[in-house]
Amino acid sequence: MTKSYEELPLTPISNTPSTMNITGLWRVIRPVVDVSKCKKCTICWKFCPDAAIRLEDGVPIVELRYCKGCGICANECPAKCIVMVKEVGE
Amino acid sequence: MRTVMTGNYASAYGAKLARAEVIAAYPITPQTSIVEKLADLVATGELRAEFIPVESEHSAMAACIAAQTAGARTYTATSSHGLTLMHEVLMWASGARLPIVMTNVSRAMAPPWSVWVDHMDSVAQRDTGWMQFFCQSNQEVLDTIIMAYKVCESRGVMLPAMIIEDAFILSHTSEPVDMPEQELVDSFLPAYAPEIKLEVGKPMGFGSLVKPDQYMEFRYKTALAMKEAHDRILRVEKEFRNIFGRDHGGLLEEYRCDDADVVLAAAGSVAATAKDVVDAFRAKGSRVGLARIRAFRPFPHEEVRALAAKVDGLAVLDRSYTFGAGGAMFTEVKASVYSGPKRPVVKNYIAGLGGRDITPKILGLIFEDILIVTRRGEADEVEWVDVAGLPRRWR
Repeated sequence: MTKSYEELPLTPISNTPSTMNITGLWRVIRPVVDVSKCKKCTICWKFCPDAAIRLEDGVPIVELRYCKGCGICANECPAKCIVMVKEVGE
Repeated sequence: MRTVMTGNYASAYGAKLARAEVIAAYPITPQTSIVEKLADLVATGELRAEFIPVESEHSAMAACIAAQTAGARTYTATSSHGLTLMHEVLMWASGARLPIVMTNVSRAMAPPWSVWVDHMDSVAQRDTGWMQFFCQSNQEVLDTIIMAYKVCESRGVMLPAMIIEDAFILSHTSEPVDMPEQELVDSFLPAYAPEIKLEVGKPMGFGSLVKPDQYMEFRYKTALAMKEAHDRILRVEKEFRNIFGRDHGGLLEEYRCDDADVVLAAAGSVAATAKDVVDAFRAKGSRVGLARIRAFRPFPHEEVRALAAKVDGLAVLDRSYTFGAGGAMFTEVKASVYSGPKRPVVKNYIAGLGGRDITPKILGLIFEDILIVTRRGEADEVEWVDVAGLPRRWR
């Protein structure tokens, strides 16, 4: 419900981090990692512009809640272990 | 202590006396000596502050925003292209309600490349939600920085302010300046204590997303704050005068306007020259006056209306031009006058762009012209002064 201007703080303040905003919904292609080919170089992790890749034992795990499917990780991967696959179905 | 200093040193010492805690800046002509002096004061330990050298003006303002959000009193200075590079984050500073104080050494925008005085850089920031104070002397620069912190940080305002020095005319010209005692400044300006600030143990997001159902209410609050700033400026200046024994004329400084037939309205250092011209005209029996637009934001609409009720003609001098419209001071003055009880003849004079001198002779010709068009009862909207190739001779 809209609050009166008098009830509002000077500027909007949120107590939840922006990770609560799920922003992966507009993705049309998704990165799929072939872990067997991964050299653990972490270049995909460094290049992801949205910090949507985390590393587990040096291997990338894509956070699809935030990944927008830009394809930079697949483009940069020297081992060519990431391919972009069309989102289909649900 | 009475001393001699440039406008830029007046800015640096103003920030020092106000006890700025974080200074982030990037050097640009003709602002550089402000930042050099502050870096020097921090390096020698005379000023206890964090000095953050950054790689651009956008980053300078971003650093000030972050530090101010964490509860520090911040200061920066810039000029011209530096100011316009900051444009995006200037709006963040005001929207986040951060009372940052900055000096802008007003300089022309390129091309054509120029390092000299012109108000286009400052005027182009008029909608950013920053207060803007145009200064006419180095003393005023120093005093206004100290006063600005008090206005900006007061409850009900919480907005940033820009102190504007004319490039070279003030920035690099030495004048006598009275440096107030630190203890007196401390008694006038208490430490910055915001109601809400960013704290390590209490994470919060500032300036987060709001939907269309709530955005306008935040904007309305900022509009109210700028309105409140108008009265606060007057109150703070009165307090300043009680402690330091001087003031600089409120939002609209009137000089010999009370019985004037025509008045010249102008902002910045040219106003000081124009006062001498007013005296010369008065000595010859011509009733002219000067109104110095000291605050451009908030604009002194009521003061201009009251002035307009006293006079028959108003000449408005702009040291910049809004392409496709007219001088920005002119359009504001004319808008104020429209809703007043009396509408005098108003004419816009565009002069002094890119550091072109506005000499006493040129100001005299402007007074003569406004006297003539006022007698005739009508004026052309805008006249460009002293442009080679135009029929009228100004030299």
